[in-house]
Amino acid sequence: MSARPACRMTGVPMLEVVVKLALVAAAFALLPLLIGQAEHKVMAHMQGRLGPMYAGGFHGWAQLVADGVKFAQKEDVVPRDADQWVFKLAPGVALVPYLLVLLVIPIGPGGQVALDLGPGIFFALAVMGVGVIGAIMAGWASANKYSLLGGMRVAAQLMSYELPMVFAASSVAMAAGTLSLQGVVEEWRWWWLPWQAVGAVVFFVAGLAELRRPPFDMPVADSEIIFGPYTEYGGLRFALFLLAEYAGIVVLCGLTAVLFLGGWKGPFLDTELGWLWTMLKVGALAFCVIWLRVSYPRMREDQLQKLAWAWLVPLSLAQLALTGVLKVVL
Amino acid sequence: MSGPEVVFTLLGVVAVGSAILVVTTRNLVHAALWLVVSFGALAGGYLVLTAEFVAWVQVLIYVGAVVVLLLFGIMLTRAPIGESTDLDSGNRWAAAAVAVATAAVLVTVMVMGFRDERMPLRDGGGSAEELGAAVFRTWVLPFEVLSVLLLASLIGAIVLSRSDIRARPESEARQGTRPDEEGGG
Repeated sequence: MSARPACRMTGVPMLEVVVKLALVAAAFALLPLLIGQAEHKVMAHMQGRLGPMYAGGFHGWAQLVADGVKFAQKEDVVPRDADQWVFKLAPGVALVPYLLVLLVIPIGPGGQVALDLGPGIFFALAVMGVGVIGAIMAGWASANKYSLLGGMRVAAQLMSYELPMVFAASSVAMAAGTLSLQGVVEEWRWWWLPWQAVGAVVFFVAGLAELRRPPFDMPVADSEIIFGPYTEYGGLRFALFLLAEYAGIVVLCGLTAVLFLGGWKGPFLDTELGWLWTMLKVGALAFCVIWLRVSYPRMREDQLQKLAWAWLVPLSLAQLALTGVLKVVL
Repeated sequence: MSGPEVVFTLLGVVAVGSAILVVTTRNLVHAALWLVVSFGALAGGYLVLTAEFVAWVQVLIYVGAVVVLLLFGIMLTRAPIGESTDLDSGNRWAAAAVAVATAAVLVTVMVMGFRDERMPLRDGGGSAEELGAAVFRTWVLPFEVLSVLLLASLIGAIVLSRSDIRARPESEARQGTRPDEEGGG
């Protein structure tokens, strides 16, 4: 395999870079809201309700806009005993990494990506791990026992699930012979679906745990520790944490689609309609994320740890072995 | 100085400055967070030197795992908000002397070894492909020795953390029976 250029942004016209950055910013602002609204409606229908119906007139489409306006109007409260700086910084630390990961996720062939990084997989995983520090900072800085418990659970969860996630991603990197996200999709063939199936499930489940989505929402278990690290937050800062959660879903679904489901490769017109196939796959995965939230009860802390260490780590190692064996044989 | 050199120097200042804050701040959690800044600046330095794979591994392992482990440890034990007064050790001058001496040795070695020599930076010279080829062709023996060392510490950690593995009493060890086979331990 020839060495890929480290970074392809050099030599690209300035205008193209600006347009790409604007598109990424728009996706970052819009996609989490779309998923949030879909969650309202899908959850409601799965539970035999209607969900939001009034805001905006048509099936409550503007509910999240209204929520945003409400959050922006709220008073900005910082608890007296809180660590001021860390408390204020935490929502930013939680949110910005997901924006950075969106930069490297390709949605179509031929440079339809804001930044084509050589070790793109490692960049994405590394930066996603940084986002979790935001939640830990929030948990500590709030000077609240429930927040601290939540922060601890966040940290414990990240440490257990980071490992199988990296293993599963390495398996695809081995199969493709490259660490570039673009390169993985170029190498992808349909028979990778059964070949990398175990890795795909491990990656997706570990990613859900890293995002603390139900059934892995022990850190924010509202029935026992109020809202975990976010208990003391209100108004815009709380909204930023919520936005980080939904941006995280976008990033996780995007990465899963690109690494395991062939990204822009579809039944026909890969070059012209590549972005559409990517978005469809991301949408289907996001639907699964919502579906899992409605279907499964919250896992207990010991069940969480057991799932990670007794199931996901051995499974991902087995997947690595399978990938290696097939790679040598073929 | 050229552009990359200026950026590299600034990153170095940030790394050293935040590292000093790690050991001087009186707030335990702030120390861990300054460590994040220091590691981040170090990763930036690797990036400027075109070692991008090492840079992202640095972020993944040190910022994403080691600091989170540190924070978890602090939270599990006491997690004090505000300043702690008992953080200063009586050994701090000895520690500072050792740190300065180590730095002096390293700087001397670098200066004596390289003088004014400059390594031209190649685009992609630190990519995963080049690094993998170097590690698994030229440096494969040190790499394997290191992995045996890691394996040993891994097994050591398991033995230390499992309370059901005990040292055998001498008489039983001679007879060759394991204590948990008879005593239901």
